[in-house]
Amino acid sequence: MSAILEIDGLVKRFGGLLATDNVSLTVNTGEIHALIGPNGAGKSTLINQLCGELTPDEGRIRLNGRDVTGMTVPDRVAMGLGRTFQITNLLDDSTVRENIAMAVLALEGHNFRIWDNILRRRSIWNQADALLTGTPLESRAHVQVSGLSHGERKQLELLVALARKPRLLLLDEPMAGLGHVESQEMITRLQEIGQTTPMLLVEHDMDAVFALATRISVLVYGRIIASGTVDHIRTNPEVREAYLGAEDELC
Amino acid sequence: MQKTLIVVGLIVLLLVPTLTDLAGQPALLSLVTRILIYSIAAASLNFILGYGGMVSFGHAAFFGVGGYVVGILFVHHGSGEPLLGFIPGSNQLLVTLPLAVIVAGAFAGLVGALSLRTSGVQFIMITLAFAQMLYFLFVSLKTYGGEDGIIIRRSNELFGLDMRDKAVMYYVILVVWAGFFVLLWRLIQSSFGTVIKGIRQNERRMAALGFAPYRYKLYAFVLAGAGAGLAGALMANFLRFTSPDMLHWSKSGELMIMVILGGVGSFFGPILGAGAFLVLESFLAGWSEHWPLALGLILLVVVLGTKGGLGGLIGKLAAWATRGRT
Amino acid sequence: MILILEQLLNGLQYGVMLFLLAAGLTLIFGIMGVINLAHGSLYMVGAYAGTWVATATGSYWLGLPAALAAAALTGFAIEALVIRRLYARDHLDQVLATFALILTFNQLIILGFGRQPVFTLMPEAFAVSIELLPGLFYPPYRLLIIATGLVVALGLYLLINRTKIGMLVRAGATNRDMVRALGVDIRLLYTIVFGLGALLAGLAGYMAGPISAVQVGMGEQILLATFVVVVVGGVGSIKGAFVAGLMLGIIDTMLRAFLPGLLRHVMPASEADALGIGIASMGIYLLMALVLLVRPKGLFAAGA
Repeated sequence: MSAILEIDGLVKRFGGLLATDNVSLTVNTGEIHALIGPNGAGKSTLINQLCGELTPDEGRIRLNGRDVTGMTVPDRVAMGLGRTFQITNLLDDSTVRENIAMAVLALEGHNFRIWDNILRRRSIWNQADALLTGTPLESRAHVQVSGLSHGERKQLELLVALARKPRLLLLDEPMAGLGHVESQEMITRLQEIGQTTPMLLVEHDMDAVFALATRISVLVYGRIIASGTVDHIRTNPEVREAYLGAEDELC
Repeated sequence: MQKTLIVVGLIVLLLVPTLTDLAGQPALLSLVTRILIYSIAAASLNFILGYGGMVSFGHAAFFGVGGYVVGILFVHHGSGEPLLGFIPGSNQLLVTLPLAVIVAGAFAGLVGALSLRTSGVQFIMITLAFAQMLYFLFVSLKTYGGEDGIIIRRSNELFGLDMRDKAVMYYVILVVWAGFFVLLWRLIQSSFGTVIKGIRQNERRMAALGFAPYRYKLYAFVLAGAGAGLAGALMANFLRFTSPDMLHWSKSGELMIMVILGGVGSFFGPILGAGAFLVLESFLAGWSEHWPLALGLILLVVVLGTKGGLGGLIGKLAAWATRGRT
Repeated sequence: MILILEQLLNGLQYGVMLFLLAAGLTLIFGIMGVINLAHGSLYMVGAYAGTWVATATGSYWLGLPAALAAAALTGFAIEALVIRRLYARDHLDQVLATFALILTFNQLIILGFGRQPVFTLMPEAFAVSIELLPGLFYPPYRLLIIATGLVVALGLYLLINRTKIGMLVRAGATNRDMVRALGVDIRLLYTIVFGLGALLAGLAGYMAGPISAVQVGMGEQILLATFVVVVVGGVGSIKGAFVAGLMLGIIDTMLRAFLPGLLRHVMPASEADALGIGIASMGIYLLMALVLLVRPKGLFAAGA
């Protein structure tokens, strides 16, 4: 097992608020590392530093052994970092198929061409169609994102991230707002993906976390207070207290 | 349907000089010519504004730079003195037009490289600031007429055509115009056009896909500046005059009005918008010297009342009319 | 030396004028998120209304309340009829709608007062230059403007930092949604802020009358400089508007006063004048570009 993502002593301050307090963690190949914590624990802040939208004040982030701390979002993506957004973040005026094709386009390159015709780049559309085939969104390929249900958008978020063929996935609450059946489907889907792609999973839904995670870290007030296997975290009194003090979700 | 409309439109445009001649309305020919030229400038602005989501408030600067390239080359052609000691002047359209495009594009590259580091209101204001700088630069260049600008006694030459003939000038401009819109059509269908449209919809998403928005936006900004430069060069030839007024900030405002009148981000919108604006202007100006009042009020109604320019307004009215009937 | 001091005072006076306009504009932008190009029109309305009353009554001081009232009322009308519909719109719609307002107001003024600059009244007590320092004669009216501007700045400082409305204004400039979530009557707050901005614009316009021409288009000339001040100072920041206003006012005045003279040492007089004025006019824009490149949100950006 080798580490694909290594976070070392990450610190982020907003004025006087310590949003990320000396966080260190790793994601290894073949691993689904879940990050849990009450609301306001700084999970999104951490994710945004990992993908490059925020710059940490201290600490280092390494992807595949390479230091990416100062790199821009697109550069990290080019190195194999994929992500989904907590609040879905898609091209709303485009169709499902076009959203996926855009991700394929990003992967293929040659996008400064001003004299070609996007519709004639068959390989782009073939790949997009192949990615859609067999998914619940197949029948919705030509629907605009603005016309999708919340659950469908969540699925599309994941598909778009996968279309970029990431080597590591950062998932920011993929279950949020999903119904029971949709959640079950999403868990099954993530289990499949987890076979080949390591993930850092930020999630509130404990059923999902316990079903998916190979390792769990608990973030409270920007600090990791515990890290370990599912059973270890389940029975950790400190975690129970920190967590149950904030909200009654861990059961 | 759309194809038929385009063909009909082109045939009408080809017949304009004959028609205005028959009707004894030479002013109308000049109006249509100006509409063609402004629609190039407005369409190039629409490319970054409507397709790329960049609200540039300094687009007239590149329009003016294009005009000045023609004017300055003409001055040096007349005097025989090379510009900066080594660039000979020219009065050949085949030289001045491409040069205007390149120089305006280069200026846009410079302005864009700096401006695109900001966004939102700061972007609007910094593009305005650079346009104002260029405006004052040309005002202060006494060699090239300062505030009065350059009078170009003879339009550029092209294949020995009689460019003094308004109809000939019209056809030359029409050919360039058609070429420009074919290029623009290709651009919007291209891979690059697709990425630009994605960036307008959601820049954060595009970055998360691995596109570096800055580089794409800068390239689009350069292309748009080059387009405005082309329009400016044509305008200088058509009016046989170029002055700082071409770069004035209110001219940038007018180009934005044309874009929004025609409908932001629609391909034929800028043509419709430039037509509506200039027809309105000449119609209102003939009606009263206080025409800007009417223009202001009409613009207010269009901006506040519609989301899709004139096209949207027509659609709204149609919906309202049908609802009234049932 | 005397000349430099005199120009410094002129720059201060211009800077104070820019601050009066920028204070309102930066709040309107910071709190409501609206780019209001028509702010210059309020400046013009104040100047015309005040001058008209002053000329009719023969008293400068009677013109002042008229200017303030006219600008504030126009401000309320604009806010209720146009600006209110623009809160949720994008910047492009805001720019164009308020650009349309400029066209409309300019023509209305032309209809009412004609294209020629109107005659203005100077308060008699301030008409004769006084000797500030040995050899430095200075028109006291300009000193009055500087004093007024500083008093307004102090008043705004107290209003923003010591009152409940000020607290809401500050909160609104940093986080609009939060204020909305607090259940504050945001519409009333907006109207008050807009009215205050209009009032200050009217004040500036009326005071500018006797030292610069009251004419159509006076608003646009100063509007662009005001926007530069707002952006350089940081959108939503009164402090930024104050610092940037004075700074840009002084820099602009100094460049215009001394650059042509300096250039004359190296080139013929006529060219030096044209180039000097040209570069001086570019000065504030150049400065803004530089500031934005280093600090893309301005010097004192709210919430940054």
